[in-house]
Amino acid sequence: MTAPLLQADAVTLAYGRVTVVEELSLAIPDGPHGVALIGESGSGKTTIARALLGLVQPRAGTVAYRGRALPSLGRGDMRAYRRTVQPVFQQGNQALNPRMTVAALIGEAMTLDGKVRRATVAERVAQSLEAVGLDRALMSRKPHQLSGGQRQRVVLARALAVDPQLLILDEPTSALDVTVQSRILDLLQQLREERGIGYLLITHNLAIVERLCSVAHVLFEGKIMEAGPTASILRRPAHPYTALLRDSVPSVGRAPRQAGASANVSAAAQGCPFQHRCPSVVELCRAERPPLQQIAGRTVACHRAEEVLGAERRAAGSAGALAEPAE
Amino acid sequence: MVSDAHPVEVEQLVVSVRDRCVSSLPELVVERGACVALVGESGSGKSSALLAILGLAASMGARAEGRIRLFGVDVLRASSRELRRIRGLRAAFVAQTPQGSLNPTMRLGALAKRSLALHGIAGADAEARTREAMSGVLLPLQILDRYPHQISGGQAQRFAIALALALGAELIVADEPTSALDVTVQSEILALLLRLRETKQLSLLLVSHDLAVVSTLADRIVVMKEGAVVESSPAAELFVNPACDYTRELIDAVPAFGT
Repeated sequence: MTAPLLQADAVTLAYGRVTVVEELSLAIPDGPHGVALIGESGSGKTTIARALLGLVQPRAGTVAYRGRALPSLGRGDMRAYRRTVQPVFQQGNQALNPRMTVAALIGEAMTLDGKVRRATVAERVAQSLEAVGLDRALMSRKPHQLSGGQRQRVVLARALAVDPQLLILDEPTSALDVTVQSRILDLLQQLREERGIGYLLITHNLAIVERLCSVAHVLFEGKIMEAGPTASILRRPAHPYTALLRDSVPSVGRAPRQAGASANVSAAAQGCPFQHRCPSVVELCRAERPPLQQIAGRTVACHRAEEVLGAERRAAGSAGALAEPAE
Repeated sequence: MVSDAHPVEVEQLVVSVRDRCVSSLPELVVERGACVALVGESGSGKSSALLAILGLAASMGARAEGRIRLFGVDVLRASSRELRRIRGLRAAFVAQTPQGSLNPTMRLGALAKRSLALHGIAGADAEARTREAMSGVLLPLQILDRYPHQISGGQAQRFAIALALALGAELIVADEPTSALDVTVQSEILALLLRLRETKQLSLLLVSHDLAVVSTLADRIVVMKEGAVVESSPAAELFVNPACDYTRELIDAVPAFGT
């Protein structure tokens, strides 16, 4: 099969007169791959997730499941798509019906699918809890009786109950403590190896992207700024916005970046959308919007990308010109 | 008021809810211009300790015992009037999501005016203080014409800090001040706090679940677990040579990045 599992092709999304996402294209291949969508609040990343789940209709462009546009899917294919692509959202407690027990929440997903006989549901639910590292004794609890980390595991267990091939993870750990986040990331890595499922990870935190995703897309105000292999775009960002995101990740012993760079200025009428926050803006950036271009194995929308990568390459010395810099 | 007393001095603090201890803090001192961070997971008792230090234990249905002094004033024995004066003018609280504590029906300018008036600062003095504080946190004055829902989370957090500065706070007590923000904005708020500490000799008492966030800000880090202190070390030492396994676990939980 050559068509990607899920693909967005020049998708434009809008709420009323406000365009949130503009001509965005991205593909998620079949298999245990990780694709990341990175951006700040308001960048349109959750709207893209909703479009990929078929919950909002694109203003222009198409979302396709195995090569076929969502509106053209027949009943059977639609069911397959709904089963194959499962969402996991940020707030575990909002995704779970507060009046149902854990057993009912997960059991419902299993029986709706029609593949599990009622008599065996209880045992299957217990197994699915154990698969996400929860005690089967939690089956009789309701969501408010669980911790944030436990709830997020229940959401995962329910998504996994229908044997999906792709999980759309929208900020799956940002409401959690770092220690709990670390354990959930371990679990996601382990589940991918065991079940061969793929992930689309949506987040503003670059630090968790590297662990799960081999490909990353950086989104700013609904437009892709840079996309390519995670390792190379994070180590040698060609776009100043990627560099800003990377340098903002808190790390032990590194001083925070100086204030001022996220000045809240309304969107640029013309030119590069990032111009007001860009540390290396030039005249051309104000006049002309940079097109997405292919440079050094990635896609970048910046007038100065070649210059930036060239300078880094020279600084790295001639020997390892195109190799990853040793860090 | 004793002027040379430390901003925060705590001894043998025990916070309990219905006779169950939820947080205990044997000793804590925040000196002038210093930054101390309480770090731990949800449920470790760090926020309870923080609220108790501000004399707010009763507001969460808890009881505080021990000795707490804010700028030399005995928090557990002070009158509510005395406490209000300290909390407004010298020790300011910055919440995780400040938008929740800003009246949605008032413009920020009116909010600032009212906060200052409550503490007896009015007229030209109030305006001058507000202007200076806004520039101190790098917010344009036009923001004062906006309503709370018209500003971003980062701007709201800056405004909360500006209010504290306008009132003349010498100590900022903040509970997870950046965990609801984007990483880029978080980094700016941390840089702002660091700068205020250096330029205004501001003292900071922070609570966070993320060691990386407080690592560059704090001189001393107090690690809490299940209501008790498991380690209290100078920040520089804690990262190099953690005294207990739990601290090591917290350090390891910080996502490794770019290495």
